[in-house]
Amino acid sequence: MLDVRNLTRIFGTRAAVDHVSFAVDRPAFVGIIGRSGAGKSTLLRMMNRLTDASSGQILVDGQDVLALRGADRRQWQGNCAMIFQQFNLVPRMDVASNVLHGILSRRSTLATMFNLWPRADILKALEILDRLGIAEQAPKRAEALSGGQQQRVAIARALMQDPRIILADEPIASLDPMNAQVVMDTLKRINVEDGRMVIANLHTLDTARRYCDRVIGMRDGRVVFDGTPDQLSTGVARDIYGADASFNESATSTAIPTETAPDRAYADRMLS
Amino acid sequence: MVDIAFGPKRDPHPDPGPAGAAYLDLVRRRRMYGGILVVLFVALMASGFRLTESRNAGGFWQGLPQVFDFPAEVLAEAWDKRANLPELFLDHLPALIETLNIAAVSTLLGGLAGMMLALLSTRGLARWPRLTPLFRRAMDASRAIPEIVIALVLIYILGGGPVPAVAAIALHTAGALGKLFSEVAENADLKPVEGLASTGATWGQQMYLGVIPQVAPNWMSYALMRFEINVRASAILGFVGSGGIGYDLKIAMQWGMGRYDEVVAIFLLLFLAIVAIDRLSDHARHRLVKG
Repeated sequence: MLDVRNLTRIFGTRAAVDHVSFAVDRPAFVGIIGRSGAGKSTLLRMMNRLTDASSGQILVDGQDVLALRGADRRQWQGNCAMIFQQFNLVPRMDVASNVLHGILSRRSTLATMFNLWPRADILKALEILDRLGIAEQAPKRAEALSGGQQQRVAIARALMQDPRIILADEPIASLDPMNAQVVMDTLKRINVEDGRMVIANLHTLDTARRYCDRVIGMRDGRVVFDGTPDQLSTGVARDIYGADASFNESATSTAIPTETAPDRAYADRMLS
Repeated sequence: MVDIAFGPKRDPHPDPGPAGAAYLDLVRRRRMYGGILVVLFVALMASGFRLTESRNAGGFWQGLPQVFDFPAEVLAEAWDKRANLPELFLDHLPALIETLNIAAVSTLLGGLAGMMLALLSTRGLARWPRLTPLFRRAMDASRAIPEIVIALVLIYILGGGPVPAVAAIALHTAGALGKLFSEVAENADLKPVEGLASTGATWGQQMYLGVIPQVAPNWMSYALMRFEINVRASAILGFVGSGGIGYDLKIAMQWGMGRYDEVVAIFLLLFLAIVAIDRLSDHARHRLVKG
C-alpha cells in the first residue's frame, strides 16, 4: 500500500532525512518516534508534498507520489490529510468552514471565493463534527476554541478530505494530558473504524506503545528501529534517543494517564 | 532619596575611580560629537538657504509679507457675500460627487491590482518566487510616474473627462497600495496557509482563505487612507481637464475678483468631504479590527 524507498532530504549540507525506507502493507497505525530534529516532521511533510524530497521514491499502490505535479499533486494532497502540532486552522473563520476546507482540492477557486459550498458537503461537515463530539461549536470562530477542540477540528478537516492516509505531525505536543488522550483516542478510532492508515509523529514512548501497531524509530535522519511496540525495550529507546544508561523513560512521557478515575473524581468534586 | 543603613559614609562626590573616569570621558566625547553635528547642521541649512535665495526670482524676505494678502482678499470678499454660500454649495455638489466617484473607482481598481501585486511579490507567499523582483519593479515604476503626467498623456490621447483621471490615479494607487499591502502580508501567519496547502488547495484558495482574512483590517485601513489621498488627487486632476470639482475651482480662481465666494465654497466642500471620509473610515476600521 505504502512503500517508501531511499527517501532523502538535504538542507544545505546536512541530511534531515537520510535514505529512509519502509513499507506498510495494510492500514495500520504507525508511530514515528525520535527526539527533536530527528527528521520526523520533514519525512511527513515530504509525504504530503509540502516539502520537496532531494531523492528517493514514495510509492502508493505503485504510483510515485513525489513525481506528481500541479493538479495531480493537489489531488494526492487531497488523498493524504495532514494534522499539525499547531492545528494550522484559519483562526478568523468559523469551525464548519474550516472543516469544509478539507474538500478544497475538489473545488474551483472561483466557487471558493463566492463561498459556494454544496449543501450535501455542509451537512457532511456537520456530521463529522458531531462524530467528534464538537457539533455545537460549528458556528464559532476557530480561534475561540481550546487547543484540544481546535485539534479535533483539524481532524474533522482531515476526515472531510476522505483520505486514505492521515499524517499527524506531533498532534498532541501542544495539548494538556486530558486533551492529548481525547485526540489520540479519536485518531485510533478513525484508524480502526474507517480503516484509514494513520502515520503519527510522536516524541513520547508511552503514547507510541499505547496506540501504535508499528513503531519506527528515527535518529539523525535515519531509521534505527522498525518493529512492533512490544519490541520497543528501554535499551532500544536509549538508542533512538541517543541517551546513556541514566536514560529515564519518564523523561519522554507526556503522561497520558491510563487511570483516569482519580481525575474524574477530582473534577466531580470541583464541579459539585 | 538615598537611605543607607549600613556601609560606608556617604560622600557627596565620590571619586569616580579608573572605570568611572573612563565613562565620564566617554560621555564628554559623545557630547562633543553631538555639538559638532548640530553646528554642522545649522551651517549647512544657512548656506543652503542663502543659495536658494540667490537663485529665487523674487526674494523670500521681500515676498513674505505679501503671502497672506491673497487669502485675506479671498476671505474678505467671501465674508461680504456669505449669503451666497449655501446656493454655491448646492451648485457645486454634483461636481464634488463626480470627484468622489473618480476617487472611489480608482481606489477600488488600484486596490484590487495592488492586492494581486502584493501577494505576488511577498516573500513566502509568492506564486512564482523567482518573479517577485519583476512585480516589485512594476510597482516601483507605477509609483514613480506622477499621476498628473499620466493624466495629461491620457487626456491628450483619450480626450478630457473622468476616464483618464481614473486610469491615472488607479495606476499610481496600485503601486502605492501594493507596497503597503505587501508589507502587511509579510507579517501574516503562515500556519493557516500551510494547513490549506496540505489539503491540496490551489494558490488562489490559499491566499483567499488563509491570508486575506488575516490582513483584511490592515489592508482596508490603508485603502481608506488612500481613498482620502485620491479625493485630493482627483480634485487636482480637474485642473488639467478631467472634470469634477477641480475644474470648477480652476475656473473660479481664473476669474479672480468677484468669484472668490465660489473659491471658498469649493474649498469648504472639499474640506467637509475629507472630514466625512476620515470619520467614516475611522468607524469602518474600528469595526473591522474589533468585530
